[in-house]
Amino acid sequence: MIQLNINNKVYEVDASADMPLLWAIRDLVGLTGTKFGCGIAQCGACTVHVNGTPVRSCSFPVGAAAGKMITTIEGVNEKIGEAVKKAWIELQVPQCGYCQSGQIMSATALLKSKPHPTDADIDAAMQGNLCRCGTYQRIRSAIHRAAEMI
Amino acid sequence: MEKSNNTQSRRSFLKVSSITGGGMMIGFSWLANLIPHEAIAGATATKDWIELTGFIKIFPDNRITILSPNPEFGQNVITSLPMLIAEELEVDWKKIKVEQGDYDTPRFKRQFTGGSQAMRMAWKPLRTAGATARFMLLQAAANEWDVPLAELTASNAVVTHKASNRTITYGALATAAAKLTAPANITLKKSGEFSLIGTPQKNVEGSKIVVGKSLFTMDYKQEGMLIAMAIHPTAFGMKLKSFDASEALKMPGIKDVFEIQVYKDGYVKAGFDTRTFNNLVVVVGNTTWEVMNARKKVVIQWESFEAYKEFSGMGNNKREDTIPAGLESTESHMKQMYEMQKKPGKVLRKDGDPEAAFAKAKKIMEKTYSAPFLPHNTMEPISCFAHITEDKALFVAPIQIPDMMKQSITANLGITADKIDMKLARMGGGFGRRAYGHYIVEAGLISQKMKAPIKLIYTREDDMSNGVYRPSYMVTYKAAIDENKNVTAIHVKGGGIPENAIHENRFPAGAFENYLAEGWDIPTNITIGAFRAPRSNFIASAEQSFLDELAEAIGKDPIDYRIELLKKAKANPVGKNNEYDAERYIGVLELVKKKSDWGNPKNKTVKRGVAAYFCHNSYAAHVVDLTMKDGQPVVQNVVSALDCGVVVNPEGAKNMIEGAIVDGIGNVLFGGLRFEKGVPIQKNFNQYRMIRMKEAPKKIDIYFVQNNIDPTGLGEPPFPPIFAAFANALYKATGKRHYHQPFINALNKS
Repeated sequence: MIQLNINNKVYEVDASADMPLLWAIRDLVGLTGTKFGCGIAQCGACTVHVNGTPVRSCSFPVGAAAGKMITTIEGVNEKIGEAVKKAWIELQVPQCGYCQSGQIMSATALLKSKPHPTDADIDAAMQGNLCRCGTYQRIRSAIHRAAEMI
Repeated sequence: MEKSNNTQSRRSFLKVSSITGGGMMIGFSWLANLIPHEAIAGATATKDWIELTGFIKIFPDNRITILSPNPEFGQNVITSLPMLIAEELEVDWKKIKVEQGDYDTPRFKRQFTGGSQAMRMAWKPLRTAGATARFMLLQAAANEWDVPLAELTASNAVVTHKASNRTITYGALATAAAKLTAPANITLKKSGEFSLIGTPQKNVEGSKIVVGKSLFTMDYKQEGMLIAMAIHPTAFGMKLKSFDASEALKMPGIKDVFEIQVYKDGYVKAGFDTRTFNNLVVVVGNTTWEVMNARKKVVIQWESFEAYKEFSGMGNNKREDTIPAGLESTESHMKQMYEMQKKPGKVLRKDGDPEAAFAKAKKIMEKTYSAPFLPHNTMEPISCFAHITEDKALFVAPIQIPDMMKQSITANLGITADKIDMKLARMGGGFGRRAYGHYIVEAGLISQKMKAPIKLIYTREDDMSNGVYRPSYMVTYKAAIDENKNVTAIHVKGGGIPENAIHENRFPAGAFENYLAEGWDIPTNITIGAFRAPRSNFIASAEQSFLDELAEAIGKDPIDYRIELLKKAKANPVGKNNEYDAERYIGVLELVKKKSDWGNPKNKTVKRGVAAYFCHNSYAAHVVDLTMKDGQPVVQNVVSALDCGVVVNPEGAKNMIEGAIVDGIGNVLFGGLRFEKGVPIQKNFNQYRMIRMKEAPKKIDIYFVQNNIDPTGLGEPPFPPIFAAFANALYKATGKRHYHQPFINALNKS
């Protein structure tokens, strides 16, 4: 059994240590806000925070997450995360919405390290998150808007 | 006032039922996410609402829910379609709950996401539904108070009789209203009377999306549900020969490994039954990771197939195609297409005497364009939930046109249509890919075999290498130019694998006395399907690049030259079958010219390109401003002008247009699936490049032509012209024309 601390709640999961954190979160814990997009850390749909750092959970073994603080989209509720979600609604970012959990997780992590990011900072931090619907410019504006709100 | 005739509607569209069974939708934990208010209200087993017109649920406490009929894949019809109903119903939009309707096309009449038709087709019927319900509620109040209906007004879900200072809620009237007969004729508001239509409204599911609610098929679960994955041939042109599952079956959590045949032998395919890999090896287990590991242990032998005949079609429109054998490659495709360009094609349209004009020409400009196969790459890979039991076939499916799957489900799963219960999950992107629901049949077959609820999941690799691609195309445009730099003839000839992209009756047909369009096609065993603005997405890129180059060759401004041609086509159209409205075409060009300060751009450092196109009943024009940085284009700004008639929800409309712009730039620059020996070479995003944040335009400004024309589509129309607007700007920035997509190949060589 592996003990996971997800969104300040402790879960015991019966998983092999090499199972990607993504599948432990989705299949075993049952939180489905974290999305599967590519399985090889190329699209960012599965982004979660491990000890505050954004990681691609599809390529992060669950064994390595044991004992660490994991935050998923369902647990984004502190000041910065709330501002990001609010900005996402205010600027109507989502289209299909499938990638947006991951986008919000990356954006939240960015604002934690850089409360007032430049466009170049945003490009760098969000480069790993794909959006086929093409909401990038709204994401950019929403990150700036969230920065204003914080 | 616009009159809507209900006598026909009553038969063909409106179902005025009284109380419906409510309990059946409740109890799914997943669906509770979709309809939280009902969970909160504790409306578990009993119906506690009254349904009017099939689209509206009214609760006794005056809560109102509107059902959105169309599947949602990001175009935000789940907001805009209910807005049509709410406008006429006279309710406070902020208090309205919206629910996704299940698959029930007899009730909703049209549940079709595709072809940019949702708003166009819903415009009158859904407003009529709202107006009909309002009328019935007013009539119920008139009966209750014994006053003339004309003395009553409705607003914010309350009926008022001013003369006696009485009010009553819709909730209190609903039971009586539902017993009334729908009016034969109903008067709809005219455009100046709208209070909701035309106002920017937020996505009704936005607040669920940003907290990661389970809205998608991928997220669906049910007690006892197993996970299934299907292994398809590694190459087009191959089929399953045999497999050995002994090692896979020993893996932890694995329940079974078996073969399924998607379509039965001799099955005549309907419109959206795409040809698919028909024999698959399926691995079923408890969790996704276990199935992913076990599938690697299945040892499979594939073999090449012989050419075969395939039958498709509905009603009298039967079709027989021969599917060629062989392992195809991108290189051989290009050779084949160039060969076809040398031979005469099938004449699609001929005006005047183009041969004579070309013979007399002082100069002939000839340019050839090509584009590769494109995978849809929806961010949510293909998935489907199925639970087939004796009395019910439950599906949770991401499907654009559910009713088109009815024949396939009944024929290939051997169940009757009345047993189909399909929940339409929010789709993580569609772009045409999810019009083709072979995966519903696959999921059904797996559930039948396992006698259990199952969720079929495609990995990204499964998805990208599974087919249903945008076809590969080639086209050559030729212009005859006389000694006075007049263009005297246009010749367009092209084709594709396996279909040509030429719309012979679209602009510039109609603007030239001498015009010839020829087409051809090359059969393939690679499967193809609709991809956001099918055919238009390629032909516009070529046509609008060619017109740009032609304008330059004859010394004219590219916008002015297009307008000049369109004015000619408007005043004296050549030919009878021209599909476009030249005036509306001119309208978007003039608007984009003005809004972009075309002649005198504010930012002098950018290079600009323009393009315009008409498809799916709407008109779009873009001006792209770009600069080059380290040999790569950076789009600084896009100015867009759209004419789609009345814009119902400007907020959602703008988002979709922005998306089309980003998507188009991504595809023209990076998009392209390569084949070697039948194998799609790129299988995931480490190999297949998609547009990312830093390549997206820094700014997009969108303007609509203001008119009162009934709304037309928006999901597709802004997409085709962005390819060429980008190409034309890239030429201005680099001095080099790009003819072969994706442009990144040539950019990286130079």
